[in-house]
Amino acid sequence: MSTAAIGSETGFEAVIGLEVHVELSTQSKMFCGCRNEFGAEPNTHVCPICLGMPGTLPVINRRAVEYLCKTGLALGCTIATDSKFDRKNYFYPDMPKNYQISQYDMPLTTGGGVRLPSGKLVRLNRIHLEEDTGKTFHAGGHMAAAEYTLVDYNRAGVPLMEIVTEPDIANPEEAEMYLGQLKAVLSYLGVSDVKMHEGSLRCDANVSIRPVGTTALGTKAEVKNMNSFRSVVRALRYEIERQAAALRAGERVVQETRNWDEGRGLTYSTRSKEQAHDYRYFPDPDLVPLTIERETIALWNAEMPELPLAKRERFLREHGLSDYEAGILTEDVVTADYFEVVAQAAQSAKQAANWLLGDVRRLLEKHELTLATTRMRPQALAELIRLVAAGTISGKAAKEVCDVMIATGQAPGVIIEQRGLAQTSDTGEIQSLVDEVVSANADSVASYKAGKTKALEFLVGQVMKASRGKAKVDIVRALLLERLG
Amino acid sequence: MITGHELKTAIAQGRLSAVEAASQALARAQSLEPQLRAYIRFTPERALAQARRIDDLVRAGEDAGALAGIPIAVKDIFCVEGEITTAGSRILENFRSPYSSTVVRKLEEAGAVIIGKTNMDEFAMGSSCENSAFFPTRNPWDPTRVPGGSSGGSASTVGAWSVPIALGTDTGGSIREPASFCNIVGVKPTYGRVSRYGMIAFASSLDQAGPMTADVRDAAITLGVIAGHDPLDSTSVDIPVPDYAAALRSDLQGMRVGIVHEFEEQIASLDPQLAELYRKAYQALEQLGARLVEVHLPHARYGLATYYLIAPAECSSNLARYDGARYGVRADPGGDVYEMFERTRAAGFGDEVKRRIVLGTYALSAGYYDAYYVRAQKIRTLIKRDFDQAFAGCDVIAGPAVSCPAFELGAKSQDPVAMYLMDYFTIPMSLAGLPALSVPAGYIGGLPVGLQIVAPAFEEHVMLGAAHAYEQTTRHAWAATPPVAQTAASTS
Repeated sequence: MSTAAIGSETGFEAVIGLEVHVELSTQSKMFCGCRNEFGAEPNTHVCPICLGMPGTLPVINRRAVEYLCKTGLALGCTIATDSKFDRKNYFYPDMPKNYQISQYDMPLTTGGGVRLPSGKLVRLNRIHLEEDTGKTFHAGGHMAAAEYTLVDYNRAGVPLMEIVTEPDIANPEEAEMYLGQLKAVLSYLGVSDVKMHEGSLRCDANVSIRPVGTTALGTKAEVKNMNSFRSVVRALRYEIERQAAALRAGERVVQETRNWDEGRGLTYSTRSKEQAHDYRYFPDPDLVPLTIERETIALWNAEMPELPLAKRERFLREHGLSDYEAGILTEDVVTADYFEVVAQAAQSAKQAANWLLGDVRRLLEKHELTLATTRMRPQALAELIRLVAAGTISGKAAKEVCDVMIATGQAPGVIIEQRGLAQTSDTGEIQSLVDEVVSANADSVASYKAGKTKALEFLVGQVMKASRGKAKVDIVRALLLERLG
Repeated sequence: MITGHELKTAIAQGRLSAVEAASQALARAQSLEPQLRAYIRFTPERALAQARRIDDLVRAGEDAGALAGIPIAVKDIFCVEGEITTAGSRILENFRSPYSSTVVRKLEEAGAVIIGKTNMDEFAMGSSCENSAFFPTRNPWDPTRVPGGSSGGSASTVGAWSVPIALGTDTGGSIREPASFCNIVGVKPTYGRVSRYGMIAFASSLDQAGPMTADVRDAAITLGVIAGHDPLDSTSVDIPVPDYAAALRSDLQGMRVGIVHEFEEQIASLDPQLAELYRKAYQALEQLGARLVEVHLPHARYGLATYYLIAPAECSSNLARYDGARYGVRADPGGDVYEMFERTRAAGFGDEVKRRIVLGTYALSAGYYDAYYVRAQKIRTLIKRDFDQAFAGCDVIAGPAVSCPAFELGAKSQDPVAMYLMDYFTIPMSLAGLPALSVPAGYIGGLPVGLQIVAPAFEEHVMLGAAHAYEQTTRHAWAATPPVAQTAASTS
């Protein structure tokens, strides 16, 4: 187990384990044929089975099993050829059967780990498959005080995999790296939307601290309700400091569940009776044990795509990118694939990376689009890069063209034509602009002639401005020098 | 008595319309209700619509199905689309099912005409039908006595000759015991032979649907309709369904019939008169050509204890969904949602259901799970093994279905353990998942009792074949008219 000191002055180090719940992006739910879709009208993707009607029975969604196992294979886990589903019994209004079908002592995978870019391996304990619950809306705050509670069962029965780490994470930043790397792998596999804000990726943390140099684990608190990577980091920082402060004050850390309050920036005890829960797990008699053939596992393995770390290594090697560029471009598979098409078609990995990490990113944000949703094709972006390299348009004009491309998906040539953005080499036209600028800026001309060569750059800029960026800068410079003699 | 297959022939030949058959069955069943109270609800509109459909098909010369026009009754544990389905419980008193169970769908597709939903012990927990939340059902052979349970309503209405076929469910004997009490044939198929989809769960690893019928042929035909793999039930097994009617035999030449040593000792000590009746039944099997062999089921005596851990454990989880949130009866809200759950369940469940939920919750609790639930599963495996060994030396097992004939209402309702003991001879087969049936075997003091015949898994055809041969030779002895049927005949 590797840990790191929070700070030598505190004398404590943190030990963190994460439990990540990931909704799988299968077509249908875990145990029935209802559509698995986020954001639909409440209670429209429901049927007698996922509503827990009397007499209904679950049937395992094979695709969900495949998605989980592929995740396991990507993370070096051992796939269980024999597995089973169990019932986790507890009463909750968003759970139609008042038990959740989950996996208790025979999870689909064990072992494995997530390799961080730093090289550190965060070991996994297990990945198991279960069904998601519905969503409750308490009118008037929490359940006890609510005047009434509304339940949306669209999410009830959505396939959910729970990925549990060993307590290998040493600090909040490492937790964020772990989540980033996990998210990248899941996105590459296409097994989940991995959207934390939509709840398709949810993270709970077990946090404890101990004096630096000791090996026994301290009493842990379970922190829940963290809705973004940023809130995970903030919540963990807060919780570690809270525990350290308690110990320094001679108090004890209580084993409990604590909720992260994003607004107030603190964790608070839920004072739930959860610790006292006895879930009375037992094998679900409605389902037969799950067996997975070795041939099937081999088949899934053969379908494994190139994974983020391998791709990152290859980008460094083949495209000569920086660590930073390769890291960001391989965060999700859409960006990575987009980059490769642009780099190939533009014959310049450097330019492709510059554009994607710079202007394209900024303009996508401006239009509230992503590479997956914009109509700009990577071939078109490559074309734009080639036009700049060929001197057909200026770098400045190219930004304007890119803006329109992202919004409309039009080809760069069309936009340049419509907006008259092509650079001009017409010396007659440029000459008249040079004449205008020279006569309008007598001071600068005088300065230049007095030996202040910087004044030339000012005059070049004025001519460029007058041409709305269309004049070729080397021609402008040549004509100015000639005129100023 | 008119059997289902006789009715079907009459309808197919145009001697009787399906509408007439349904109307007569409804009229007769309704006229007996004051004495028997076998039905929670009649479904005349559904019945007549289906009967008219069948008559149209018959007139058009089309195949209307294996059960075309036969009036049937369905235990109120089976969901029927658009109909109230209560499972005999207050908590589902107003539950109108949005879908039909697979067996009901198959029966209706085969032309069966459902005339009503029959009474039962609440959530199938009981052996006398007295645990119905609504009213007890009575025995057509003596209305002061119980019809057995939990499928008591189905047994009573078939026993009273109102309908030739009814659907029941058997978890530990709930088809076989009432069939025995009401002088009809009751078949519990192999676990996995018939879909459980849409059958309200009591104990999922034990529950099976099965026919309760006037004779063995009706049972064979009905089982043929409802058996088979269902993609909606993972525990239903995907193996071909034999032609059960074609497997019916008239002799038992070459068949080895196992007689269970431990059961014979038990029955002799309980009731020598009943033991004598069963001995005569075994002799009849011998006279049909069977060879009797003694077999042993050394762990069967632990069946009851095993069953009363596994079944309540499963039921405690299966019945958790009845909380008033989504369907069924909801106690007046006020307080938080958990208080609503508690009040709903306190008011909605009867004593026996609560008793089993508590037993099962306890058996699954941390610290007790290994000692109770896990150990019970191990004994279950040993009981299965006993049967495997027994069937190495015989083709079917014959033995008692019950330890006494129908008892009087109230006789055991204050003594849960005495009631549990009613299932002594039927529970081991349930735990082993084996097919078993009860076929009428004679009378004790004017009250009918049944002979149980058991077969290896998925060998219902062998079991039905043997029962049919036995039924042919003994029909004269048991086909007496039940007393309520005599009354009905004289008044209608």
